[in-house]
Amino acid sequence: MAKPKPTLESTFCGIECLNPFWLASAPPTNCGEQIMRAFDAGWGGAVWKTIGEPITNVSSRYSSIDWEGRRMMGFNNIELISDRPIEVNLREIAEVKRRYPKHVVIASLMVESKRETWHDIVQRAEDAGADGLELNFGCPHGMSERGMGSAVGQVPEYCEQITGWVKEKARTPVIVKLTPNISDIRIPARAAKRGGADALSAINTINSITGIDLDTFQPNPNVDGKSSHGGYCGPAVKPIALNMVQQIQADAASALPLSGIGGIGGWRDAAEFILLGCSNVQVCTAAMHYGYRIVEDMQAGLLNWMAEKGFSTIEEFRGLSLPNVREWKQLNLNYQIVARIHEDLCIGCQLCYTACWDGAHQCIHLDRTSVTPDTTRTPAMVEAESSRQISTTPIPKLDAGSLGRSSAVTPLERIPRVDEGHCVGCNLCSLVCPVENCITMERIDKDLPFESWEERVAKGLVPPGASEVMSTNS
Amino acid sequence: MAERIPFPQQVSTAPEVVERFGDLHPPFDRQAAVPEANRCLYCFDAPCTIACPTHIDVPRFIKKIASGNLAGSARTILDANILGASCSRACPVEVLCEGACVMHRYNKQPIQIARLQRFAMDALHASGAPLPFEPGVETGRSVALIGAGPASLACAAELRRRGVRAYLYDARPLPGGLNTYGIAEYKLPLVESLREIEMLSQLGVDFHFEETIDASRLAELEREHDAIFLGIGLGAIHQLGIAGEHLVGVTNALELIAGYKSSSMTKVPERVVVVGAGNTAIDAAIAAVRLGAAEVSIVYRRGLEQMSAFGFEYEHAKSEGVKFLWHVQPVGVRGSGAVEGLTLTKLVASEDGSIVPLDGSEFLLEADLVVLSIGQATHTEFLAKYADGTAKVQLERGRILIDRATGQTSHPKFFAGGDCTNGGREVVDAVADGKRAGIGIAAWLEGHHGQA
Repeated sequence: MAKPKPTLESTFCGIECLNPFWLASAPPTNCGEQIMRAFDAGWGGAVWKTIGEPITNVSSRYSSIDWEGRRMMGFNNIELISDRPIEVNLREIAEVKRRYPKHVVIASLMVESKRETWHDIVQRAEDAGADGLELNFGCPHGMSERGMGSAVGQVPEYCEQITGWVKEKARTPVIVKLTPNISDIRIPARAAKRGGADALSAINTINSITGIDLDTFQPNPNVDGKSSHGGYCGPAVKPIALNMVQQIQADAASALPLSGIGGIGGWRDAAEFILLGCSNVQVCTAAMHYGYRIVEDMQAGLLNWMAEKGFSTIEEFRGLSLPNVREWKQLNLNYQIVARIHEDLCIGCQLCYTACWDGAHQCIHLDRTSVTPDTTRTPAMVEAESSRQISTTPIPKLDAGSLGRSSAVTPLERIPRVDEGHCVGCNLCSLVCPVENCITMERIDKDLPFESWEERVAKGLVPPGASEVMSTNS
Repeated sequence: MAERIPFPQQVSTAPEVVERFGDLHPPFDRQAAVPEANRCLYCFDAPCTIACPTHIDVPRFIKKIASGNLAGSARTILDANILGASCSRACPVEVLCEGACVMHRYNKQPIQIARLQRFAMDALHASGAPLPFEPGVETGRSVALIGAGPASLACAAELRRRGVRAYLYDARPLPGGLNTYGIAEYKLPLVESLREIEMLSQLGVDFHFEETIDASRLAELEREHDAIFLGIGLGAIHQLGIAGEHLVGVTNALELIAGYKSSSMTKVPERVVVVGAGNTAIDAAIAAVRLGAAEVSIVYRRGLEQMSAFGFEYEHAKSEGVKFLWHVQPVGVRGSGAVEGLTLTKLVASEDGSIVPLDGSEFLLEADLVVLSIGQATHTEFLAKYADGTAKVQLERGRILIDRATGQTSHPKFFAGGDCTNGGREVVDAVADGKRAGIGIAAWLEGHHGQA
């Protein structure tokens, strides 16, 4: 029987949603007008720009890191929570919910650490029609200096207590948004869970200084010659976010329904977060960069991938990669791979060669045209030989020979050779190779049983000096 | 020495010429250069560097553009090629660095090396910074360099960096040889060649212009200096040896190109015929189009496959409207007083493989200007023979024979490089020859005189 057509409809901590793509609490969700346009574009939900007592912002507020010609590989902000009156935000929440009843609106909240103040804002947000509440325990700049945001998220006791206060009042699901600016994300996650949180979202932004102007010596973003540490996000932070998501989901005392945040810009990113256990994802930087329209491909791409893999629902693949993340000591020491260079694809750039010599284990050689393998020829010797060559501009009529060698074919002497006996299977050559599938890592171990460090220690095969560690992961 | 007027200010190209000969490859701005620089893979032992006759470390200078170290980028270029700005514009990179780029092998555009090189060099010139090299500690040695074209300039730069004095002699009023007078203006403007040589002269080079070296003067120089470098290039363009060749309206490609570049010619008549199908012929034909000719033809006695022009030059000429007539040979220039046309005969292959005129195939190609571009003669006659009849330096079909690695001729004190040794190639080949010879001379001087 054919699988039913995949659907993106999903449920997150009891909140039903058209799709798992939400806009994170940030400038793209500043007001009702924006959020309604975002819903028109296809976003399933939006977490309102954090509501609290209005603040005053500075100018400028954002800075970024470009990477080899691509803009905003990493993004940083020193903007605070909403600068609009609470009642304006709440009025607009009500308006949005009236017009878009099937779309999810979450109220992100941040107020001073008093029980009554939290009770009051929870009541008002829910009365306005919010489908859920997100507690902003993560904002790392400005607000934290006032005892809010990450100042709460960094102290497990506060985190637990405020979550508890909110839960006393809340009728809708409570999501605690965690700060990554801690040494172990599981500590605040466990505190939130103890406080009764229904769900978590992670990660908020990472403390950062994005750069210094080399002419003025001023950091950016520049506020009258000075700057302040900001919150870092965008594609650059995704690996950090994925790791923290995995840590939370793999820890029974932390695990709750999780909304993944951090560098998500496309459907592939979303799929990865879901494979590590997230029920949905939140997006900010990519929408700030390219606008709400990016959600169209996020939806279409994820649906196509689900159809290709035979998944009907998000839930069917949620968390599938969690069992594949283990502690290092549980990895198979008897798994052995080596690099294979596929000559037909090799373009002769020799990046693998120089990377292996300088950054790995000196087991790639340029000796394809030598009579015998030569592992003694160093990169410096290769370069010295080339610089002695006398090259001339070919003249078609006179130098048929030299032009006859088409630049479409890689000369054999430029194709490196892997000394498989010494290759440790580190992957570096395949990572630096610019051509897809030109260097593949292939398994060479034969019939060796699985054996991990943990097992070796248990069998007494490891001397005590090498096996004892201070326990850090209790 | 009296204060010299900087070379670029001594001559100018007519504004109407400048306007019609705009950049064939427009310069990059920073926003375009940096992403292009980032596209470079930074190959190890890069094929582009190997292909470059001067072995400019291409990935190194490109990565410096990406990092924003433009001064370092220009220095990397100049260290290998003292005419790096000229070469970035004049080089046929399609068959050199860019032709060797590994990008060709996975269906990607090769890195635009020439435009990046020009970007770095333009930035250096715009910054007003001095040449990033100092002369070496004076050794007391001196070398006379005959000709002030690319080979001699490159040789002189190497000598100066090693503390050897360099005296350059040239028959023209300005330095650079064909780099200044012979490259199509849309590739390398005359003023850019001179700007680069002006910078090179900061190494302290003695120029002697409008001085032709004959056998006796050469003997003098040989006595006065520790070594001689011959960078004399080639001589006049060959003549056809047919009737009417001396009519008004018959010129040659090098005269045409030098003429419009130095403002002595700003337009050409309606109908122009260029004889020959080398790269210089193409430059002349395209120049004729841009100088106002309505009809420009190239006539060649062989076919497309045998022409010595690069394929991309041929395509360029076609795109500018130049017509090509293959397998025809001029047999006479028609005209009374001034040229009216060129009489051509068709050629066919004979049974023994040679090509012969086809009887009765003569026809007239009307023309107001006939431009000859059928190769240059050598002019090595002044390298007088010794009394016993042997040559001062060994020649082969008029070319000076050298040891390619050092530029040394059969006479140990004489070195040579550039067109006079290779029969006529590119600026970059001459620079590479000059560079090797400069290093070779300095090493020879050290070995020869070292103990003294």
